[in-house]
Amino acid sequence: MSDWKLRARQLARNPLSLAGVIIISIFIIIAIIAPLIAPTPPGRSDPYRIPRDGYFSQPQPPSEEHPFGTTEGQYDIFYGVIWGTRSAFRVAFVVIAITVLIGIILGSLAGYFGGVIDEIIMRITDIFMAFPWLILAMAIVAAIGPSLKSVMIALCTVWWPSYARLIRGDILALREEDYVEAARGLGASSRRIILRHVLPNAIYPTLIMASLDVGAVVLSAAALSFLGLGAPAGYADWGQMTEFARNWIVGPQSDPLKFWYAVLIPGLFILFFVLGWNLLGDAFRDIFDPRLARR
Amino acid sequence: MEDLIKIRDLTVRFYTYEGVVHAINDLDLDIRRGETLGIVGETGSGKTMTALAILRLIPYPGRIESGSVSFFDKSTRAEVELLKLREDRMRSIRGNKISMVFQEPGAALNPVYTIGDQISEVFLLHRRQELGRQAKQRVDSLLSNGSGPAATLKRPFWRWQSRIYRKIAEGPNPLEPRILSHIPVFRRLLWRLRDEARLLTVNMLKDVEIPDPGRVAAQYPHNLSGGMKQRAVIAMALACSPELLIADEPTTSLDVTIQAQMLELFRRIKVDKGASVLFITHNLGVASEVCDRVAVMYAGRLCEVATVEEMFLHPMHPYTKALLEAVPMPGRPLQTIPGALADALNPPSGCRFHPRCPSAMPICQQERAKLKEVSKDHMVACHLF
Repeated sequence: MSDWKLRARQLARNPLSLAGVIIISIFIIIAIIAPLIAPTPPGRSDPYRIPRDGYFSQPQPPSEEHPFGTTEGQYDIFYGVIWGTRSAFRVAFVVIAITVLIGIILGSLAGYFGGVIDEIIMRITDIFMAFPWLILAMAIVAAIGPSLKSVMIALCTVWWPSYARLIRGDILALREEDYVEAARGLGASSRRIILRHVLPNAIYPTLIMASLDVGAVVLSAAALSFLGLGAPAGYADWGQMTEFARNWIVGPQSDPLKFWYAVLIPGLFILFFVLGWNLLGDAFRDIFDPRLARR
Repeated sequence: MEDLIKIRDLTVRFYTYEGVVHAINDLDLDIRRGETLGIVGETGSGKTMTALAILRLIPYPGRIESGSVSFFDKSTRAEVELLKLREDRMRSIRGNKISMVFQEPGAALNPVYTIGDQISEVFLLHRRQELGRQAKQRVDSLLSNGSGPAATLKRPFWRWQSRIYRKIAEGPNPLEPRILSHIPVFRRLLWRLRDEARLLTVNMLKDVEIPDPGRVAAQYPHNLSGGMKQRAVIAMALACSPELLIADEPTTSLDVTIQAQMLELFRRIKVDKGASVLFITHNLGVASEVCDRVAVMYAGRLCEVATVEEMFLHPMHPYTKALLEAVPMPGRPLQTIPGALADALNPPSGCRFHPRCPSAMPICQQERAKLKEVSKDHMVACHLF
């Protein structure tokens, strides 16, 4: 346990990591207490549908009733960004969990067994990586119909190859380690060697990359939503809210920043979420990787 | 003395991009029960490959081309042809009947597990039934001795555990525990196996003279010194009382005082456990210390096999003579063997040593010399004899 204390202290010593921890903690709290700070209006069954105040298209500035104002179509921005935190976590974790799992399975098979298996898996990976990822993702979403679920499927499809490659590379190096040879010499089976001896040593770079990628996934999902390929209109999702603001980025000539809140507030949420995970990724590297820690 | 391992006509080749590397050629070697056989030779002469071929662990792109390795199993009194064995049967021999100690003790231990975990793994792999039996006894004694309200509550659980451990003790691979051990959380229910393995581990560490074995078992490899690590690796290799222990340059990376302790340890193991040791080294001093018989290898072939006294007092093969000349001595300039080690890609014709041999004859270029017994327990592969 003193080991954990040491790592916690190390974390506290680095102000940037600490900032990452704090930012993400705040987002987690927001996601948990969303029903308290932005209660769903009575009579609505789906809390992810943003309540709207009329059908007037021009955004309205912050007021007592709408603390962050309303966006196009009079959707409440405050409600949207609070519940959007939950959507962000959901998209990010589902996509990262699936891609890491696929990456670990394919990467370790390719790296450990090598030869033909490696060749087949890695060439498939190369095919996926040869596509520009945004265009591939857009094509997938367009094919299965825009929704948050299709965004997740599309992102999983374009995201796993980098994990498969990363893990394969690490395992390729670890496979030659003496202790793997020694485990083989002691009569351990291939599955046991992969699960017990190789993966635990290869997993840290992956975990660090995964924590950095959480932000990137949210950013990509927002990009797809911004292009109109994400959540349906009125769904509490940051990307979707930036799409609403697309026509209001620049206001009338007399007051170009008139609708600042419509763009800036969902944008800031995305910014801080991504920034928080990037900082946290560095912190995780300090915590997880014992070879990099204790310096 | 009875033979434990009989290697006949063993040939190992590596199919690399540059060409075919002849790593081992037509090797004949016997390892007798209870002896320490040393293999000496230069780097790249095929010492390690011989050991790996016995365990069938030749790395890709190498292949065992031909030959046979028969192993006489004492417990079943059967002769097993290792090169023809199914892979899962081979796994039950590795670490159990034949085990190996690697050169670099630091690298042979997985940095993310404690020493105890790693040695326990060997018991969990090969001594599962025995561990199950002991765990069952422990649960049964709990069942018969436990009293009080806590015991009444736990009783059904203990009964279930007793049944599971009985199954493990009886069958070679019973269904119920096998399913259990594959599910991450439920696997923990079999913790008593682990506990029993841990007890055996601590005993094993005591056997290799590690002070405070309980504490060392809970430590990670980076907490230990090189000598301690090598002892732990040896403990791991000896865990299941193998009949053959292969030691691949076990002392090379240790400093001289630790080396001496290790050699003493190997000597004791041989006496205590009755195991044969295949001791691979390029250090002739070390070989003369621990070995009963010594085999000299050059470029994938055996040059000379003899008892240690014969080898050092009456070397016959020109290569052995040259090797002994090259041992550094104070007050004498260092002797070397002229020329470079034979290229394994394009080995010289005939006897592979002939380009460097001071007493080469015309026949040496054409024909390889067969290993001949020139006197009792002394075999030489040279046209001179």
